Amino acid sequence: MARAVSPRRKTLTTLAAWSVAFIIFFPVLWMILTSFKTEASAVASPPELLGADWTLENYAEVWQRSDYPRFFWNSVVISLGSTLLGLAVAIPAAWAMAFVPGKRTKDLLMWMLSTKMMPAVAVMIPLYLLFLKLGLIDTRFGLVIALMLMNLPIIVWMLYTYFREIPGEILEAARMDGAGLVKEILYVLTPMALPGIASTLLLNVILAWNEAFWTIILTTTKAAPLSAFIASFSAPQGLFYAKLSAASTMAIAPILILGWFSQKQLVRGLTFGAVK
Amino acid sequence: MNISLRALLGATVSFTLAGAALAETTITVATVNNGDMIRMQGLMDDFYAKHPDIKVEWVTLEENVLRQNVTTDIATGGGQYDVLTIGTYEVPIWGKQGWLTSLNDLPAEYDVDDLLPAIRGGLTVDGNLYAAPFYGESSMVMYRKDLMEAAGLTMPDAPTWADIEKAAAAMTNRDADINGVCLRGKAGWGENMAFLTAMSNSFGARWFDENWNPQFDQPEWKATLDFYLNLMNNYGPAGASNNGFNENLTLFNQGKCGMWIDATVAASFVTGKDSTVADKVGFALAPDNGLGKRGNWLWAWSLAIPSSSDAPDAAKTFVNWATSKGYLELVASKEGWANVPPGTRTSLYENPEYQKVPFAKMTLDSINSADPNAPTVKPVPYVGVQFVAIPEFQGLGTTVGEIFSAALAGQKTADEALAEAQTAVADEMKAAGYIQ
Repeated sequence: MARAVSPRRKTLTTLAAWSVAFIIFFPVLWMILTSFKTEASAVASPPELLGADWTLENYAEVWQRSDYPRFFWNSVVISLGSTLLGLAVAIPAAWAMAFVPGKRTKDLLMWMLSTKMMPAVAVMIPLYLLFLKLGLIDTRFGLVIALMLMNLPIIVWMLYTYFREIPGEILEAARMDGAGLVKEILYVLTPMALPGIASTLLLNVILAWNEAFWTIILTTTKAAPLSAFIASFSAPQGLFYAKLSAASTMAIAPILILGWFSQKQLVRGLTFGAVK
Repeated sequence: MNISLRALLGATVSFTLAGAALAETTITVATVNNGDMIRMQGLMDDFYAKHPDIKVEWVTLEENVLRQNVTTDIATGGGQYDVLTIGTYEVPIWGKQGWLTSLNDLPAEYDVDDLLPAIRGGLTVDGNLYAAPFYGESSMVMYRKDLMEAAGLTMPDAPTWADIEKAAAAMTNRDADINGVCLRGKAGWGENMAFLTAMSNSFGARWFDENWNPQFDQPEWKATLDFYLNLMNNYGPAGASNNGFNENLTLFNQGKCGMWIDATVAASFVTGKDSTVADKVGFALAPDNGLGKRGNWLWAWSLAIPSSSDAPDAAKTFVNWATSKGYLELVASKEGWANVPPGTRTSLYENPEYQKVPFAKMTLDSINSADPNAPTVKPVPYVGVQFVAIPEFQGLGTTVGEIFSAALAGQKTADEALAEAQTAVADEMKAAGYIQ
């Protein structure tokens, strides 16, 4: 039976939740506000808000100075491509680990996850050389492969967790009805794990979109995504904070909007199986 | 063969030849995000009009990211870039490694003898010019004329460190939120260590003796660090250990610094539209201590061609255009002489129009007073004024920078910081095989 919550407690909890949310979101909010200020107003001390000089000039200049649509399209292709390819590899892998586990499955999962703990810079030169030999530098295909491999442990782990919530008897019944392996995965397992798969997809699209190490190292002009777009506006000499904020806002806006509209799905997927 | 067929064949041959002639070569230029480089990207129509067969693609990155990407590419022979924007620190090292294409064969109209000797010297290795300077800079004192006047002081054109301390004391007004002096404190080989290494030269200090033994245990370094910490603790801004170029620029532009000693390139910012003190700024040479060396540095952002480039001729054509006298005139005609990339050519400083730019003479004097081959009072085995041109310096400079930044933050004394720096540098130099 659910415990009764007093209105006072509810108000306090809501207030605390909004406060935490505001604190988490504040840097993004400040960045967005800065993007609409003049450079002088952006660095004013004490910080200006109501009395700031508001302008759209930063966006105009950022748009004029760079080929935003190309960076944007590269981000879309790379993040979606790497996630879909990752799912295609990870769904069968997670199925095997969840429903036909071996003696070393847990160790294997741990090993996969441990690769994520390795500093990326440790494999920078070997991976760069490999990509060079294969002609994959500055190609969207190369980045799709790289990011898919980077995020594969997370995709497999997430899917494994969701698949384990599905009773094996249902898959067994499907097999008894004559379903082969492919049909079992495609028509029985996948629809049942759809919330989990959707949240895995969304989370990995976000991770791939925000990746800013490999996407800058492995690209120059043709395949450079929005992370490289932001990097091009960073300057150690000269005050370009407002322009940098405008570029950053343009880079994160699409993923922020995607996250906003899919938050229900994301939360549902992330809490899938948390309560039994 | 009838006339129509001949005409058709002739047209086909002409089209093929024209196509071959106009076959476009694409070059990729890696560059940093600063005003002069951005301006060049806006003036590319002139280059395309002169060289319609070359297409230029830009990769603009933050300085450290650019350095990492370019180093990776060049060390692996990747060939992703055809033109690199590199600093005076990299040129001697990469030139020696054979990573850069010699620019000795630039056309006569380039007039290589017109390059400022100090800048040219920093870009030349064993007689080979490995990079063409795009703009050069040194460091100087920027000060508030109004505050100096109110304090009853006059800034000499060539001040000593004692003059700086006296002026800082007179201009500091904590109630009005005015700090007498703003200097770099943020850790990094290109941040506080650029300033402190240049400053130490004027105190007679050096990173290494002739046998590569670290010298942080010598009295000259103690004098440098004691003076710096004393100056900053008494007259510097709060939280100075986090301040780099941009932070100090912000403070100065908001009227919160009486003096700022930093890159000459800052002159156009502190007198620009975002500065609240634009009409109150004076300039002076970087200070000295009467030892014959000033505390100013020497830096040039230059264009170089990696030996891995697959279009070196087109790359050379671009470098020639971007660093030529003609380019300076192009910028002047479009955006005025004050916006011309400074510090590269003697002829620019002989130009009567450019001589009218307020900070032109000070920039030239500052550049000319720095000698990368004899940066300090005593002899050294290295090249570089505010850096030591060895591959290990990025790591060493950052380590020592962190130690000195911690001292500025009050986490350790000057003596502790110097002892720690001495040990850290000695260990690294032993590991690298410079000393036993």
